[in-house]
Amino acid sequence: MDALNTVSYVFIGIGLFFNFIGAFGLHRFPDMYTRLHAATKCTTFGSIFLIMAVIVQSAGIWAIEGTLSQSVMCIHSVLALVALMVTNATGAHAIARAAHRSGEKPARAVVDDLESKAND
Amino acid sequence: MRFLITTVVAYLVYLLLTIGSGTVFLWSTAELIIGAVFAVVVGALLRNRFIGKDLRMLNPRRWFTFLVYLFPFFFAMAKANIDVAYRVITGRINPAIVKINPKLKNDLSLTILANSITLTPGTLSVDVDQKTNELYVHWINIDPKVLKDMPRDYHPICDSFPDWARRIAE
Amino acid sequence: MNWFPAIIAMAVCIIITVARIIIGPGAPTRLVAFDTTNTLVVASMVIVGMMFNHAIFIDVALVYALLSFTMTLYMAKYIEGSKF
Repeated sequence: MDALNTVSYVFIGIGLFFNFIGAFGLHRFPDMYTRLHAATKCTTFGSIFLIMAVIVQSAGIWAIEGTLSQSVMCIHSVLALVALMVTNATGAHAIARAAHRSGEKPARAVVDDLESKAND
Repeated sequence: MRFLITTVVAYLVYLLLTIGSGTVFLWSTAELIIGAVFAVVVGALLRNRFIGKDLRMLNPRRWFTFLVYLFPFFFAMAKANIDVAYRVITGRINPAIVKINPKLKNDLSLTILANSITLTPGTLSVDVDQKTNELYVHWINIDPKVLKDMPRDYHPICDSFPDWARRIAE
Repeated sequence: MNWFPAIIAMAVCIIITVARIIIGPGAPTRLVAFDTTNTLVVASMVIVGMMFNHAIFIDVALVYALLSFTMTLYMAKYIEGSKF
């Protein structure tokens, strides 16, 4: 039980660190694309670790005590994790494409290959 | 065939969501029957949407390759996050949008590659040219070597991910 | 297992991103901050479910994740200005 708690605390620590980095990155970067970098990557990674902590805890209690409600919690957390991973990357791609087509320019960009291409 | 696959997948998802509800193994009888009815309805409605023309993704070797792919992908993802954390703290960025041609042929492999690019070091897929299958990638800290020649080299951006995507989905 | 500090820290994160929704210049930036807020809300909802030992919170989080994804896609389409 102690080992289980330690693993959960470590996962929560990593997850909270990356979530804070993502939240501060929104204020630290100059334009929308770089903010999208910080927001998508860091919060996805941090949320994965936070949910992993819940999975480890509930799976451990399920294995030790054999309560059925913990199994529900474990499996639904895994499904939430998969949904989060798939939808976040796709949503970020949709936002970036929409922003570029609506005329948002990347700040301080060295080269922009997409600008020369006509919008279809 | 497509109807059968869609029904089975829908039923499995329903069973996963209602686990631990009763006494027949882990499910109650009512849940099993309702799940079967809804799975047949979903399969009848969405059989043309869920799976395309060819059935090559049924090959279990592709799924095994996908599971193996998750390990290098996870390491690249951890590296990406440490990199972004470093850039958040120091504020040292040098962004650009570059065009790459990963030479993939179908939509599924391109989707896998675009999602991998979004979650891995310093890059974010912005747009896709559906006629020539070229990707436009926003790169947070550009490597000056890539800017010299016009058909860009994709190895600094996404080192071996196109090969993995080709092995999984083509 | 004490989950309470994690909830407080997540609430602080959510407040920081909501501040970006309020001050952020232009619609795309606000959409980015909105998407980030949704992810953080899903993660904290799963933690709340574990803290109170109710699996129903995690079901709500699952549905929230899928619905917020749909909403992000539609808002992106709206910003892009294309037909649906």
